Amino acid sequence: MSDAQMKTIKDMPREDYFVRGHGACPGCGVAVAVKNIARIIGSDATVYVPASCLIVFSSLYPTAAFKWPFLYTAFENTGAVISGIKAAYRRRGKETTVIGMAGDGGTFDIGLQALSGAADRNEDVIYVCLDNEAYMNTGIQRSGATPFGAWTTTSPVGKKIQGKREFKKDLGAIVAAHGVPYMATLSIAHFNDFLKKVQRAKEVKGFRFLHILTPCVPGWRSEAAKSVAISRLAVETGMWTLYEIDHGEEKLTYKPKMMVPVKEYLQMQGRFRHMSEEDIQKLQAWICEKWKHHYYEEIPVPPCELEKGRKDLITDEDPLHGV
Amino acid sequence: MVMKVMSADHSVAHGVRLARAEVIPAFPITPQTLIVELLSEFINDGELDADFMPVESEHSAMSAAIGASAGGVRAFTATSSQGLALMHEMLYAAPHNRLPIVMANVNRSLGAASGIWLEYNDSMPERESGWLQVYIEDNQEALDMIIQAYRIGEDGGVMLPVMVCLDGFVLSHTVEKVDLPDQEIVDRFLPKFSPLDVLDSEAPKTFNAITPPDYAMEMRYRLERAIEDSKTVIGRVDSEYGEVTGRRYGGLLDTYRMEGAEIALMTLGTATSTAKVVADRLNEMGKKAGVIKLRFMRPFPGRELAEITKELKGLGVFDRSLSFNGFGPVFTETRNALNSAQFPITNHIAGLGGRDVTFEEVKSMFDIVERSARGESYRECNWHGLRGVMV
Repeated sequence: MSDAQMKTIKDMPREDYFVRGHGACPGCGVAVAVKNIARIIGSDATVYVPASCLIVFSSLYPTAAFKWPFLYTAFENTGAVISGIKAAYRRRGKETTVIGMAGDGGTFDIGLQALSGAADRNEDVIYVCLDNEAYMNTGIQRSGATPFGAWTTTSPVGKKIQGKREFKKDLGAIVAAHGVPYMATLSIAHFNDFLKKVQRAKEVKGFRFLHILTPCVPGWRSEAAKSVAISRLAVETGMWTLYEIDHGEEKLTYKPKMMVPVKEYLQMQGRFRHMSEEDIQKLQAWICEKWKHHYYEEIPVPPCELEKGRKDLITDEDPLHGV
Repeated sequence: MVMKVMSADHSVAHGVRLARAEVIPAFPITPQTLIVELLSEFINDGELDADFMPVESEHSAMSAAIGASAGGVRAFTATSSQGLALMHEMLYAAPHNRLPIVMANVNRSLGAASGIWLEYNDSMPERESGWLQVYIEDNQEALDMIIQAYRIGEDGGVMLPVMVCLDGFVLSHTVEKVDLPDQEIVDRFLPKFSPLDVLDSEAPKTFNAITPPDYAMEMRYRLERAIEDSKTVIGRVDSEYGEVTGRRYGGLLDTYRMEGAEIALMTLGTATSTAKVVADRLNEMGKKAGVIKLRFMRPFPGRELAEITKELKGLGVFDRSLSFNGFGPVFTETRNALNSAQFPITNHIAGLGGRDVTFEEVKSMFDIVERSARGESYRECNWHGLRGVMV
């Protein structure tokens, strides 16, 4: 399989199945993720998109940005609809990759039941969660994926309560508990890792889950040019962890050399601007626990002793840094 | 041809088997569950080559059926009451995408004053969804209509989902003699499903993009036309089915003793059988009483009703559900269709929450229709069988 030999971004096919002309915002992490997943998967696929930014910016009659067969119906049923589509292909004796591409609201919250059902039945599909950490399509409302402290329109910065008071739901653990054949977390800043995981998802049989952190410029109050840099910093701070579970075997696919204080990540995004020192410390403590869980490494809270301005950490200009 | 004794739920399952449904996503709910249990047995015994998908909710059952149907295969599911309500959102996706899914809805009351017994307040609200809806009277009709439903829904000029509604317990769990047609006959009557538009990676198509106001209204109109056009297909399919099985049901509606009738009661579901017996007795007493059996609620046979009621002097309409603060839905639709009728039309609410509709009650319906036909004063909406409350 020539596909399986793709190792770096240079090996990427050039044929697009999610084409230009779509209506995503500049710097949209979802568009970057979808375009590249489509390139890696290739022509033989069918996609279901539930209610989300993606449906609106990809498929507004009479235009279509997907060159794949496409279906949309509702918000909470991605797991179920892709099961049905795959069953139809199976009945017709056709091998094809059936993909559902849902947002974090459509996966963590309203779509969790259908996701669980499909994972439980080990349906032969790829479920992609494009996680921009809030209901962005409806105007930035809090979801189960929104991080602690973040401003959204339903976790506003008030006189009494500032930002979301709960921590991000550990969706990976929920999916992993179903014992699915393959699941992985991805970042649009770690492209070789991204490439490897999408290819692996394509070749595995059974239920596959790809969870991608997709920065949202208007929702995160960030600069369009920084979406990749923010993604990278999410991993370096421990806010996002890159791992995969392949048939029960858990593997960290990237480990930062050193934990970067979360403050550096927060500073790049207006959604965290209001956060008090106390809240930042709370979030940092949560990350340290998460870090310990994933990397088996104790980090003292706060990790303030880390040097600022390290040379090995470039969080801005070069979008291909880390490739 | 094999005669067997079975419940209507099992009769539906045999219909699905004979129709060779290929993908069956389903979730259990009383009194529907016997259907999917028997289908599971057929599949596990190798008597039906289909994929049974044990989904985690009715919402997912309809979602998966939509995915399968858009993928070009024959899909079936079954539900009741709360399950149908949970599907409500997804019901609306099937007609506009022109997906001829067939679903059995075993009628059961919905919501509080909770119970598992017969009422039409689960399926009647869904007549707004764009699904065709047929109500059936006996176990044989249950099987026959599943097979016909695929033929009607998959017709190139229709391409719409069909809901086959049958009375919970009164039919679903009651055994009757059912003739199982030969597989070859059904295969000839119902060829393999081969829609023009399918999800196929070799010929990509976009299904159900977001549709702005510039286009949505025309799509609504086309759906409206397709539902109206299904009337002729329903009649033709009924005749063709009659030719190969010897059983005709009249298409949109059926009539009993309507020739020369002066008064009539319009019923649907199993109450029709009771009404026929009452009509027999009334005719023995010299009264010219007929019965109209409404079969399809969608498409609603408005013009057809106007034609067969021309000579009437009074018409009663039975409803097993209610639009609160108003009338039963069948009555509302009927009076709307017969708005130029010169005779009184009365509504008769009975059997809510699964209460039996007895001969006495049906007789009291005919009595009111008869009095209204004589010009006596009458109430438009009449409740029958109420106990302990002032009427």
